[in-house]
Amino acid sequence: MSALVMVRYGEIALKGKNRGQFEQQLHRNLKDAVKDLSGKVERMHGRFMVSGPDSNLEHMLDRLSRVFGIVSVSPVTEVPLDINAIKQAAIGAVGKRRGNKNSFKIAARRANKNFPYESPELNRVLGECLLEAYPYLTVSLREPDFALAVEIGYSNAYIYLEQIPGPGGLPLGITGRSLLLLSGGIDSPAAGWLAMKRGLNLEALHFHSFPFTSTRSREKVIELSRKLAVYGRKIPLHMISVTEIQKELRSKCPDELGVILLRRIMLRLAERLSEKRGITSLITGENLGQVASQTLESIAVVSKATGLLILRPLIGFDKGEIIEIARKIDTYDTSILPYQDCCTVFVPKSPVTKPKIAVVERYEENLEMEKLLSDAFSTLETEVVRR
Amino acid sequence: MTYIYLDNSATTAPYPEVIRLTSAVMKEIYGNPSSMHSLGVAAEKTIAKARRRIASVIGVRDKEIIFTSGGTEANNLAIIGSARRNRNRGNHLITSQTEHPSVLNCCRQLEKEGFRVSYIPVDKKGVVNPETLGKLIGEETILVSIMHVNNEIGTIEPLTEIGNIVKERNRSTILHIDAVQSFTKVPVKFRQWQADLISFSSHKIHGPRGAGCLWIREGLLLEPVIYGGGQEKNLRSGTENTAAIAGFGLAAELSARANVENDGFLISLKLSFLEELKKSGLDFHINGPDPEVGAPHILNLAFPGLNAEVLLHSLEAKGLYVSAGSACHSKHPEPSHVLSAIGLDHKLLTGSLRFSFSGMNRTVEIKKAAIITADTASELYKMF
Repeated sequence: MSALVMVRYGEIALKGKNRGQFEQQLHRNLKDAVKDLSGKVERMHGRFMVSGPDSNLEHMLDRLSRVFGIVSVSPVTEVPLDINAIKQAAIGAVGKRRGNKNSFKIAARRANKNFPYESPELNRVLGECLLEAYPYLTVSLREPDFALAVEIGYSNAYIYLEQIPGPGGLPLGITGRSLLLLSGGIDSPAAGWLAMKRGLNLEALHFHSFPFTSTRSREKVIELSRKLAVYGRKIPLHMISVTEIQKELRSKCPDELGVILLRRIMLRLAERLSEKRGITSLITGENLGQVASQTLESIAVVSKATGLLILRPLIGFDKGEIIEIARKIDTYDTSILPYQDCCTVFVPKSPVTKPKIAVVERYEENLEMEKLLSDAFSTLETEVVRR
Repeated sequence: MTYIYLDNSATTAPYPEVIRLTSAVMKEIYGNPSSMHSLGVAAEKTIAKARRRIASVIGVRDKEIIFTSGGTEANNLAIIGSARRNRNRGNHLITSQTEHPSVLNCCRQLEKEGFRVSYIPVDKKGVVNPETLGKLIGEETILVSIMHVNNEIGTIEPLTEIGNIVKERNRSTILHIDAVQSFTKVPVKFRQWQADLISFSSHKIHGPRGAGCLWIREGLLLEPVIYGGGQEKNLRSGTENTAAIAGFGLAAELSARANVENDGFLISLKLSFLEELKKSGLDFHINGPDPEVGAPHILNLAFPGLNAEVLLHSLEAKGLYVSAGSACHSKHPEPSHVLSAIGLDHKLLTGSLRFSFSGMNRTVEIKKAAIITADTASELYKMF
């Protein structure tokens, strides 16, 4: 048996001249989302229709409802443009519905004006037919327990009961590619997801302090990348060791500047990687004022280390709001696993909150920066994480 | 990379003979032991043989052995099964603060069901005081659950004294012993302890995961915790894990034999590890019992001021696998309940590691492990 899913998209329909390009990208992304489930995607005036084996329906709905650009999806029954066929399908759909609440309405929409029944008439005819088939049902136009939607198209009619919300946003890849600085924490995956929602394809970069941090903390970052890849298909995850840099900073620089110096070095490493990967922007989970390294002054001094555009999708969010996103995208429970990460192994006792660029630069002069960077960069490993 | 595995209290490598037997059973004896045809009978016989093997290693009758999915389930059946069965007799249970979570959390669950539980403290070496325990026993006390060997620090509990005082105060109080860590390493003297229930696990003795058993003194009745098709005398429903049970039986036999033939080997590993570590002049502290007194295969050491997780990973990088005595994180320290119960101070609590040995370790690798530990810890002392 074959199942059919109607896919609706929103914002992209409003984008004027770019519409064609957006639809093509969305079409590609949808195909990609259901390819391994034997799903097929067709374009149909302002909608997409996805068909596939009935045994994969739940799985397809799950995948489709995570494709950026999608407003909602509905499993539908497709019938010929014949009133008896439509009635039968309506009876069948209502008979199989979830739940046992009994007030309903019909929401008919006639796109094909050649169909002999106008929408209000269709509502009445189908309503009567359902009341006859299921005498315990009642009609409620104001607050129905369920609504049966009927769409009259040009070659077929579609009947459905449910609309499952999609994530909205723009099709992944439409706005380009960016490098996410992915720690093990709560914020960076949420920042990555928000960037993806605006159409950015992601690569991720993680800094670790092997051997002080473990295989588990590495698996944790891979798992976080996988959770993000669910919204796309794959994320190349780059990993660089900063252990030697941390040791060097510890021996040559004041404890309280450690975090700032390390972060500036991380940005320089990110810049190197970006050049290699043809990427021109970074995404961070930075958020004003949460910790010492995220005061306005600290962020400013850190940013000066690179000329790359840095996007900070979380800058205006409260911690509670970030946690809400992390829960929604299912990264929260992974993020709070208590493994050491590169920022918790060496924790300064009192980090500066208002660093001065001149002071920071003076300490950097004492470091063999070029050697530190290229040594660290030589530890680069990349793993492509798939959903 | 060759590595040295000193995390044998977490789990052990299965014996090659056990792997062979387990896979042969999976391949050839896949029938359901409850099926009436010959494939079912073959499976039933396989389980019966494993039951005989384990019973004879412990020295009990095979019909007193109930197979479970492991030590945790055996503890659940023992504690929850006795409490629910004897609700009409009383509602009081006693256990110690350093028990395994599978005992402590059963007790916490029973508290929610209206039972009263006393969690008795231990001394600095992790030992339960039988007198203290005895004073708590009353008419209402239906169960006392104490472990034989502590899994984190290797304390051997004075079970003979505990058994004496329990049975003296209340003859009908059930005595449950968790022998998961001690089985085949420290003699399980069920008669001398006057025990009624003892839990065992397969994967701590080089057997497969997914098997364990509860010894139930003949005549003692329990309420099941898993309901279904009535397998294992109605006490543990669910189709038997034939392959794992067969492997458990063989592992018990092999492991018991090895520890008799090489009597003193485990303690010699522990003492030579310690000796080597002392030679290096490293600053460390032994948690729990004196090394000669505790279980032969468990050694818990504190490295003051170091972070256990950082040390553990640094050892791992050099091919030495151990356990952190406490799962901790600089932001969310959750110190081990055992180390807290023996009153270790914070500086030691967060820097403790457990080294646990097995008959599969070799004396040369133990010396090497001690040198790696000494070198790594002194490097870290300089850095942090």
